[in-house]
Amino acid sequence: LPAAVLLKDTKLMDVKLGQLGSWLAMRDFTPGGIMGAMQRGYNRYYNKYINVRKGGLGGLSMVLAGYIVLSYMWSYSHV
Amino acid sequence: VLHATRPLHTTQQSLAPVPPLPEKGGEVRHGLIPEEFFQFLYPKTGVTGPYMLGTGLLLYLLSKEIYVVNHETAAAACILAVIIYGVKKFGPDVAAFADKLNEEKIATALAMKNEAIQTLQTAIEEEKKEQWRVEGRSYLFDAKRNNIAMLLEANYRERLLMVYNEVKKRLDYQVAMQTLKRQKEQDHMIQWVEKNVVQSITPQQQKESIAKCILDLKALSKSAHAAV
Repeated sequence: LPAAVLLKDTKLMDVKLGQLGSWLAMRDFTPGGIMGAMQRGYNRYYNKYINVRKGGLGGLSMVLAGYIVLSYMWSYSHV
Repeated sequence: VLHATRPLHTTQQSLAPVPPLPEKGGEVRHGLIPEEFFQFLYPKTGVTGPYMLGTGLLLYLLSKEIYVVNHETAAAACILAVIIYGVKKFGPDVAAFADKLNEEKIATALAMKNEAIQTLQTAIEEEKKEQWRVEGRSYLFDAKRNNIAMLLEANYRERLLMVYNEVKKRLDYQVAMQTLKRQKEQDHMIQWVEKNVVQSITPQQQKESIAKCILDLKALSKSAHAAV
């Protein structure tokens, strides 16, 4: 029998589709929690693509591409 | 006051030595899409899956006018072409230059670290040498002790000599005094005896002795004549 892992501790990729709602509900939505989540996300991206010996173009270009897409989405109504 | 709710250090966290930086970052294909996406779709759709997905998405966006084609599209296309050309042509050179900068930084840091280690090493050796030198202390103190003993001895002998000299001087003085006294007594006695004898010779005795002397002389001269 696999060890029972609390729903709280599972990662997003291991959550079953039916549990998604409850998983999202019990995430930490306090301002501190949101700041923590943003910090963690930033750290993950930074340590994976930028804080390396021989970084490539992809690290920066992905951020720029994401910015382009986001700004297009925000200004879609004016297009 | 220690708050019990504060988390105490229970893990083996330590700041040094810092783990080295990874050599290469995460793989990115075409500079835009991380490799994990392709790996994610590989089991289900094979190698061409993500590209088909990309093409389909693009056509959907274009046909439904979610992405509108206008003058900005042409501008974007030209800009992208120039950027891609620039990256393809000058990419490796720029990468080499940046790597060289990094290398220099690392080299200076490494040099400093090595220098610090070297200084500490020499310091350790110097310290050991000093400790070895300290062992020679006993010889130094023996020499000093010998010196002091010699000084004391010399001083003692000097004073002994002085004492001897002084005593000798006093004794010589006493001896000189005694000889002088005896001399004086002797002289005085001789003089006194002579004076008395001269005084005791009366005139008559003088005449008698002179006559006797003359007779003796004559006798002597006769015997001398006879001998010759």
